[in-house]
Amino acid sequence: MPLNAESPGASGLNVAVLVSIGRHPLTARTRRADQDARAVEMALSLKGASVNLMHAGQHDSDNEEAIRGYLGMGVEEIRLLEQMPQADVVPVLTDALRASAPQLVLTGTRAETGEGSGILPYLLAEALGWPVINGLAAVEKVEKGVATVLQALPRGKRRRLRVRLPAIATVDASAPAARQSAFGPARRGELDVQPHASEADPSLSQWQIQPARKRPKRLKIVKSSSARDRFKAAAAKSDGGGGQTLTDVTPEQGAEAIFKLLREEGVLR
Amino acid sequence: MLDILLPILIFSALLLTVIGAVRRFRLWRQGRSAPVDWVGGLLKMPRRYLVDLHHIVDRDKYISKTHVATAGGFVLAALLAIIVHGFGLHSRILGWALLAATACMFTGALFVAKRRVDPPSRLSKGPWMRLPKSLLAFAASFFIVTLPVAGILPADFGGWILAAILAVGVAWGVSEMFLGMTWGGPVKHAFAGALHLAWHRRPERFTTPHNASAARSSGLKALDLENPKSTLGVEKPADFTWNQLLGFDACVQCGRCEAMCPAFAAGQPLNPKKLIQDMVIGMRGGTDANYYGSPYPGKPVGEHGGSPNGPIVPREGRALVDAETLWSCTTCRACVEECPMMIEHVDAIVDMRRFLTLEHGNTPNKGAEVLDNLIATDNPGGFDPDSRLHWAADLNLPLMADKGEADVLLWLGDGVFDMRNQRTLRSLIKVLRAAEVDFAVLGNEERDSGDVARRLGDEATFQTLARRNIRAMSQYRFSRIVTCDPHSFHVLKNEYGELGTADMPSDYEVYHHSTFINELVKGGSLTFKAWKGGSVTYHDPCYLGRYNGEYEAPRDVLRALGIEVKEMARSGYRSRCCGGGGGAPITDIPGKQRIPDMRMGDVRETGADTVAVGCPQCTAMLEGVVEPRADIKDIAELVADALVIDASAGKGASNREASQTQRNVEEVTP
Ligand code: SF4
Ligand code: SF4
Repeated sequence: MPLNAESPGASGLNVAVLVSIGRHPLTARTRRADQDARAVEMALSLKGASVNLMHAGQHDSDNEEAIRGYLGMGVEEIRLLEQMPQADVVPVLTDALRASAPQLVLTGTRAETGEGSGILPYLLAEALGWPVINGLAAVEKVEKGVATVLQALPRGKRRRLRVRLPAIATVDASAPAARQSAFGPARRGELDVQPHASEADPSLSQWQIQPARKRPKRLKIVKSSSARDRFKAAAAKSDGGGGQTLTDVTPEQGAEAIFKLLREEGVLR
Repeated sequence: MLDILLPILIFSALLLTVIGAVRRFRLWRQGRSAPVDWVGGLLKMPRRYLVDLHHIVDRDKYISKTHVATAGGFVLAALLAIIVHGFGLHSRILGWALLAATACMFTGALFVAKRRVDPPSRLSKGPWMRLPKSLLAFAASFFIVTLPVAGILPADFGGWILAAILAVGVAWGVSEMFLGMTWGGPVKHAFAGALHLAWHRRPERFTTPHNASAARSSGLKALDLENPKSTLGVEKPADFTWNQLLGFDACVQCGRCEAMCPAFAAGQPLNPKKLIQDMVIGMRGGTDANYYGSPYPGKPVGEHGGSPNGPIVPREGRALVDAETLWSCTTCRACVEECPMMIEHVDAIVDMRRFLTLEHGNTPNKGAEVLDNLIATDNPGGFDPDSRLHWAADLNLPLMADKGEADVLLWLGDGVFDMRNQRTLRSLIKVLRAAEVDFAVLGNEERDSGDVARRLGDEATFQTLARRNIRAMSQYRFSRIVTCDPHSFHVLKNEYGELGTADMPSDYEVYHHSTFINELVKGGSLTFKAWKGGSVTYHDPCYLGRYNGEYEAPRDVLRALGIEVKEMARSGYRSRCCGGGGGAPITDIPGKQRIPDMRMGDVRETGADTVAVGCPQCTAMLEGVVEPRADIKDIAELVADALVIDASAGKGASNREASQTQRNVEEVTP
């Protein structure tokens, strides 16, 4: 069932999808990660594109089951760049991407296990010198090495971007849901395990990792007799208050504004 | 002249029939191999036909009697005709016998013709309309050509004109009756049907008594998932086992299945009869243009076709059957129950669903989500598996993990997550406590039984869930399982057995709560106040009734409560499904009306104020019908409400427990 009915023609496009091991929020069972699966879905819905899946991590039975979840979407093979536990996967992924030279790299916005900081796509983009787009909602067309894509912004807004390939794009929950993973193709799919030297991540080994918990949200009490108002108040995302929207600014001006904000907030000193 | 012509006609027809039979046999053998008892099956066939099948055929008295006369007359007439006219053994006695046989057949054929004057819509038309005429032609021609043999008329009576007419009549008769049998005419059902009885995929269905659970043989057969080369379900007609194909070919297009199918009646795109015919079309190759019965509602005939090795449901476009046809089925088994040819529709449908889910990954609507939940959280709703007992926080349920053993393992089912079903469960626990039953629950160690996963075609998830449940249960000692969910009941009882191992056997003694309560009542452990509610009808859950043959225990319990059940027109083995089985509410294929609404219409016709049920699915489906309608009460609730709990008997702790439970029940029941 093609979820992206009007999938754009992208014949000859070479797409790499970086996938990670997911973790179910309630039961902590390993599974295909939701956002990464959406990235695979997006890649598979690009007509004519050749799709290559890559995972850098350990090869054990739990992981294999999760990885097979991606194969079950109808992917024939996945490359497993074998790494030690707690290795920094950026170098090995950078090398692999440089070698296979895809035009488009798709991945989830953040992993469900490990650091889950969402910084990996940016580090890769920096290392490769490629542009990075977050919140990819759709690829509209690819022509002469330039992709026209839709980027998802908060509250259902969309922004059309043109990006020169090769590029890295991350996918979040606003991308189309992943197709069902089927047992047959998952069982048949190939795991191409390639041992690679691992670079230990020194800081990671000192960290203490615990499952994230959703923080309780204080509800605003709306004293209004109209159900409509109460519903709106309950459904609306809380406004951050303040802030400003910059439109039509140069990248330098944008960066300037972000810097300023980070200084004000004390993130950068 | 006829003396020369008849042997030629008869023997050439027989020869062609044999050629046709070989070809037909090869068509069936395109299917996967399946072991059968070749000779034993053939030897048992007459008994299976005359005894085991008769009670099904006989549900339609008219056609049953007609069939005895026509088919009985024909078989005898054909054998005698071969001897008398084929081999020219003109014995007067045989002549008279042949006259009697053809006369009998002729009489039967007249009734066949009468049924065909204004045939009910469930019957196929087309060549089937020709059949009574062919039967009459066969019987009449052989009757007349036999008159001289019996010495009633002179040998050369009528001259060559009559001889020519009779020759044509005989030719027509033997073409339909002999050739048609193996070359695909309406009479094919006799040939394929007889062999289907001999080599049936579930020979245990021919054991007596017919209502015994074993004779129902309703458990689905497990897929071999260990072997990476095994086909996952059925993609193309040739993926069925050969005796399944033989079974499809036996269909006589009587449409009894169609008349009983709830999905067909609701206008969903499913008709079990057409489905079986489509499988025959696929086995032979071709389109459904020559199908003359009711179509799938909303799908015109003539647009679908297939071949033995072509896909039944393609990923895109159209082939033999559309996916939504397969997903409309509630697996209620009404069709299997009615089929006079013992065809297994539900097996076939689940076989094809397995392929769609396991290979295409194409379970419609909420299907994928439910399966993902089952994989990740062991329940279809995606609830925290550690919260299975939250509903019973105040009930102090004894846990198997604490007790280690108990007489009864109470299987709660996924109803624990559903507020409505929690009321039923509370009632059941109140009843068990009142009867001082030694029971315990698995608590968080219990998982979904796998029923829904299996009916949605996800055999892999079913087997994982089942094996983990088996492992959990293997740690404890209990003598039986009691559950208020007929789906868990069926799966635990009939489908887990295959998955057990030597050190973890999985043959359990499983009771539906109505059966268990009935035993408690019979044993005198429960006392009831007099029934003061209004009139009550009872809805048989498919998975309790047709799947497991339990029709009486719930009725006995109701009777013990002082309730006189007002039966619905469709009850017992003909009970109409509530629409909740087989994952149908999950795949949710639209029709013209909803199955539960139709069932509630049946309830309304009885004028009952309350409909007693015995299944969480039925409760949910029937309660989903808009008011005004009858109240829906589980048997356990009715029993719990009527309980007289003897507080003075000084039974100590259990007594206090019981009264405490009672208060709790009162808190939640509105
Ligand atoms: S099992 Fe029930 S719903 Fe399915 S085809 Fe048979 S009668 Fe129809
Ligand atoms: S499948 Fe059975 S019940 Fe249905 S039409 Fe054929 S013979 Fe009759």
